[in-house]
Amino acid sequence: MLAVVPLSDTDVDTAPAADELRDGIVADLRTDLGDGVIDSHVASGDDVWVRVSAESWAAAGDALRRRGFTYFCFLSAIDWMPSPYGNGESDPSAEPDEDAAAPEMRPGYTGGDTRFQLLARVVDPQRHVGVTLKADVPDTGEQLSMPTWVPVYAGANWHERETAEMFGIAFVGHPDPRKMYLPGDFEGHPLRKDFPLLARMVKPWPGIVDVEPMPEIDGGDDDTGGES
Amino acid sequence: MTMLSERQQLSYIAAQAADARLNVELETEGMTLNIGPQHPATHGTLRIIARLDGEQVVWAEPSAGYMHRGYEKLTEVRTFPQVTALINRIDWLGSFANEVPFILAAEKLMDIEAPPRAQHIRTILFELSRIANVGLFLGDLGVQMGAVTPVFMAFRDREYVLNLIEGATGGRFHPNFDRIGGLKDDLPKGWIDETKQVMKKLRRFCDEIEDLLFGNEIFQSRMRGVGVIPADVALQYGLSGANLRASGVDWDLRRDQSLPMAWDKVDWKVWTHPDGDSWARCWVRLQEVRESTKIVDQLLDTIPAGPVMAKVPRIIKVPEGEAWVSTENPLGEMGYYVVSKGDLGPFRVKIRSASFNNMSIAPWVLKGVYVPDIITILASLYFILGDIDR
Repeated sequence: MLAVVPLSDTDVDTAPAADELRDGIVADLRTDLGDGVIDSHVASGDDVWVRVSAESWAAAGDALRRRGFTYFCFLSAIDWMPSPYGNGESDPSAEPDEDAAAPEMRPGYTGGDTRFQLLARVVDPQRHVGVTLKADVPDTGEQLSMPTWVPVYAGANWHERETAEMFGIAFVGHPDPRKMYLPGDFEGHPLRKDFPLLARMVKPWPGIVDVEPMPEIDGGDDDTGGES
Repeated sequence: MTMLSERQQLSYIAAQAADARLNVELETEGMTLNIGPQHPATHGTLRIIARLDGEQVVWAEPSAGYMHRGYEKLTEVRTFPQVTALINRIDWLGSFANEVPFILAAEKLMDIEAPPRAQHIRTILFELSRIANVGLFLGDLGVQMGAVTPVFMAFRDREYVLNLIEGATGGRFHPNFDRIGGLKDDLPKGWIDETKQVMKKLRRFCDEIEDLLFGNEIFQSRMRGVGVIPADVALQYGLSGANLRASGVDWDLRRDQSLPMAWDKVDWKVWTHPDGDSWARCWVRLQEVRESTKIVDQLLDTIPAGPVMAKVPRIIKVPEGEAWVSTENPLGEMGYYVVSKGDLGPFRVKIRSASFNNMSIAPWVLKGVYVPDIITILASLYFILGDIDR
């Protein structure tokens, strides 16, 4: 009754063939989506990032699923705008920095043209390899919107609800577009960089008084874990 | 009728109305049952809204967010070493295991690796967190089914494990012990022998639970065949950990990816179960506690000598880049997508917690079950509220 049935080969050694494997994934996606694939980045033997166009977002999920990436890991977004409030470690009482007044957006791997980027990860449970997919959210000046992944990955449901309320990105075709965590009448989108962290606004970070300049040394001793 | 006073008339109308309401209810037109947010059968403040037809659930929907603490936002105003103090509190029963994937992601971006001794001790503490976490689950499981004894046994034996974690790290629940580049301290004297004794106790605890709970006929009849999740649905919803392996998917991140940890240096087994029901999920977890005690035992014998901290700068600046690291935590796959801009703190951290995905399948799996099964299915899916709400 309690027989244990391993379904997949356990001796998968991805390390030597990693480059071929991940380059192959990008090539497969290019075959499926054509110009929909904008850019890709392969960290050899480690991970792969693929940026697709907003129009190809739903198709990309579908293509990956048919290629064996059946495990849905997560879906979220990134706001690439530098925070206008500093990182909280700098003196909160100081006037806003001149550099911060003209924020320069630096997108991460595979680049990006818009402030918001969707980010999702799916994994192939047989080959034990994952893909991080990105797409620029087109900034039309109105409500930001992207197609939903729910018909492809049912697990995207909650993730899209969370992303929608935290970043203000509407998912077109989502079956249940309610708020996930926030109260129904909550205003604003907390994970946007221009949403102030009110606790820090009201009361400066208490750790700030302890900060003293540290000697610039390369070596470290036992407590280099970095407290303070 | 004209004899009746106004007061009598009013009470007559009220009685009629009450009868009418009763009739409507008896016709089982359907009712909405609200479980939580403070119901004792839900651990933490999860709220389930269930629409019932008689005893059967038409649809049910968990409502999260009563404990959302906004960790993803808070990480953006912390330095990298400070973040571990926050993420300790995501899955509070297995705190140390929360720290590891984040530290590994930061180390990956900095292109450093902890010394072998630190990797070893990290793995030991990671597995102790699993034992403390899942051990309590096994006891809690009984309570949710009306069997009170196992929870006392679980709390008793978890105490030994917490004492070990406290002995090594100084914190019972929130160790905050993992550092970028290694660990805060080495193990204290006598800890290894003590741990071996405790592992023996824990194996005995597993045997007791297996006899007492899993061998119980009532337990079996309430768990077997209830809440069946097929493998393809489980994958689609992103179920991970024991929930996925109980659906027959042989996938464990400890074995199936290369991380600078010590799991590949010892001999252990990944358990799966073909059934996919509540029973299978609990049974796989029981086996995993046993395997964890074996992993710890073997690791204790082979701890390499050397420092527990790599050479890292006093002020940690993480180079610009993006990294994803996930590990097989007690609840399932826990991962951090860390974006750094070369500052003292992360630019963005996406926390992928296991319970969020594990619970998102609840509307699917609760459809059509009977009311008492809601509790057993939720218990077997096993979630920690902090892990859903973050």
